[in-house]
Amino acid sequence: MSAPILWIAIPFISGFIILSFLRERISPLIAGSVALILAMTALIIPIDTALLLGSISIKISPSILFFGRSFTLTTADGLLLALIYGLSALWFFGTEASGTANRFVSLGLMIVALLTASIAVEPFLFAALLLEMAAMLVIPLLVPPSQKPGRGVVRFLIYQTLAMPFILFSGWMLAGVEASPGDINTTIQAGTMLSLGFAFLLGVFPLYNWIPMLTEESPPYVVGFLLWVFPTFTVIFGLGFLDRYTWLRTSPQLSGAIQIAGLFMVASGGIFAALQKHIGRMMGYAAIAETGLLMLAMGLPSSEMLNVTFLLIIPRGLELSVWALALSIIKPKVTSLKFSDVQGIARSYPFAVTAIILAHLSMTGFPLLAGFPPRLALWQEIAGQSLTISFWIFLGMLGLILAATRTLAVFVMASENKAWQRNESWMQLIMLGLGLIGLFILGIFPQILQPFFINLPALFNHLGQ
Amino acid sequence: MVIEIVSWAAVGLILATSTVMLIIHDWRINLGALALQYVAAFWLVTRHLPFVMGSTKLITGWMVVAALGMTRLSLSSEEEDNNEESSLLRGRWFRMILMCIVALVTAGVTARIEVVIPGLGLPVIAGGILLIGAGVVHLGVTSEILRVIIGLLTLLTGFEILYAAVESSILVAGLLSVISLGLGLAGSYLLLAGTSPPELEN
Repeated sequence: MSAPILWIAIPFISGFIILSFLRERISPLIAGSVALILAMTALIIPIDTALLLGSISIKISPSILFFGRSFTLTTADGLLLALIYGLSALWFFGTEASGTANRFVSLGLMIVALLTASIAVEPFLFAALLLEMAAMLVIPLLVPPSQKPGRGVVRFLIYQTLAMPFILFSGWMLAGVEASPGDINTTIQAGTMLSLGFAFLLGVFPLYNWIPMLTEESPPYVVGFLLWVFPTFTVIFGLGFLDRYTWLRTSPQLSGAIQIAGLFMVASGGIFAALQKHIGRMMGYAAIAETGLLMLAMGLPSSEMLNVTFLLIIPRGLELSVWALALSIIKPKVTSLKFSDVQGIARSYPFAVTAIILAHLSMTGFPLLAGFPPRLALWQEIAGQSLTISFWIFLGMLGLILAATRTLAVFVMASENKAWQRNESWMQLIMLGLGLIGLFILGIFPQILQPFFINLPALFNHLGQ
Repeated sequence: MVIEIVSWAAVGLILATSTVMLIIHDWRINLGALALQYVAAFWLVTRHLPFVMGSTKLITGWMVVAALGMTRLSLSSEEEDNNEESSLLRGRWFRMILMCIVALVTAGVTARIEVVIPGLGLPVIAGGILLIGAGVVHLGVTSEILRVIIGLLTLLTGFEILYAAVESSILVAGLLSVISLGLGLAGSYLLLAGTSPPELEN
């Protein structure tokens, strides 16, 4: 058995089988179990190392050839795979509780498999093609068959498609830059193309207008998944570029540009979130601000860059899953997610409301919650570099806290006579509870992620040094 | 010499089909032009890729056209009219001028790109740039789903022509074909979404 078959082909085929043959009720359980088993396998069985189980020797070979190109997952990728499939399992198990359609788990599993392939493919710049394929699989999830497609989904498709040519061409030009590093023109052209490609992929300011649109017009759980999975893999892809090309890694102009783009996203995301009157759009802007923080971490000119980036990536999946699940619980019960329609809903859905507020606060970097340790680490690094950048991050985070406060005020603004009641199902309570416990554990004991960070230098040889 | 003439004829065909797709609203003519455009693109791609790999792109392109065409046929005329209304800038002369700008830019940059990336061939560069420009213009002037998908396919075809000259990997050619097909299917899905009664959803 080879690692790409185990972590790419099997989940992809499983997703297809679930989509084609399995019933609505059991598909989240099956997909979640598949993802969980893959996560556990990645955690327990090292790739490319013989493991003796009694008289049986098991060895997972790291690569496979496919149409003349290799897909390789090394020992160093093991913890990353465990993380990706572990968080995916959380999303899939939550599907039943969120009331999202059956195809979410099947297509979701196929999307995660394609994105895992984007980590494994050699040469790595072909990952842009796999990211585009994954983006197309998201389309049926974003637009239910009974609903007219909105502007957000069309823009999402356009932007993701535009990203691919830019990245592929820049990859080809970067090879030229490597051959003749003194050629300033080619360097500028390659850098510009690469930046544009990643700007489209990550939804960098002002190309993120599809995110709030999607959070308004599409199922929140699907959008939450999209906002977790795509930026995560795009960041890993981007780190691959930085790791591969020395001149990109050492260019102060590029790291400055990444930080400025990230700063715009944090500040604008936070400020716009504070001005919203729609709790779905608020999640979108919080995700934008979070992506901005990821970019700021990627632009850090210190050796802590990798650690801080991954410290931000891990809680993001948990925060967004809790937030999106809670929104999915509320959405079918109200006309829309506008403030006027969700006013006083805390008395009807106290646990979902608590989950929204805590996930939101975690994204602002509130102490004791999962978002706090990474923001503290990032601020520590940034403050030593520039107080101006620190101020703008503070402004963005302040915007997010204001948004959380406004949301909380609207949620509890009910008439005195309205009785407190619990309308969430047991399944919803369990999933929300697990997510919230996870938020607190990551906030109070961030050191549990330590084994993962020890492994990071092996994942990115040059960046880790 | 003959090959060169045919290549320039393919560029001419690309210019004609792109202009037709931009200024004429009838979806049947648009899809017909797109099918013809794939023939021209096939010829330019085979300047650098083997015939078999080039023909894959042609077949994929025609499959996309067929999928979009069949989907559009199944829509009622009322939906057609509504969709046509959503076009943002309807002036034909305006679109014609936009295409002229794209053609002029193409004429201006083709020789310069040939200097930067020698060996691509002038018709290949001109065809690729024309299609990319036409695709961008298409995306800029419409929000109707079918036309957006046609714009994306046009842009992607232009990119494929240029990229085929620098990357001849079978995997890349295959994945690009899958992406074109996926775009067509995504377009078909988006066209159909919201047209069926909710009870058919399950």
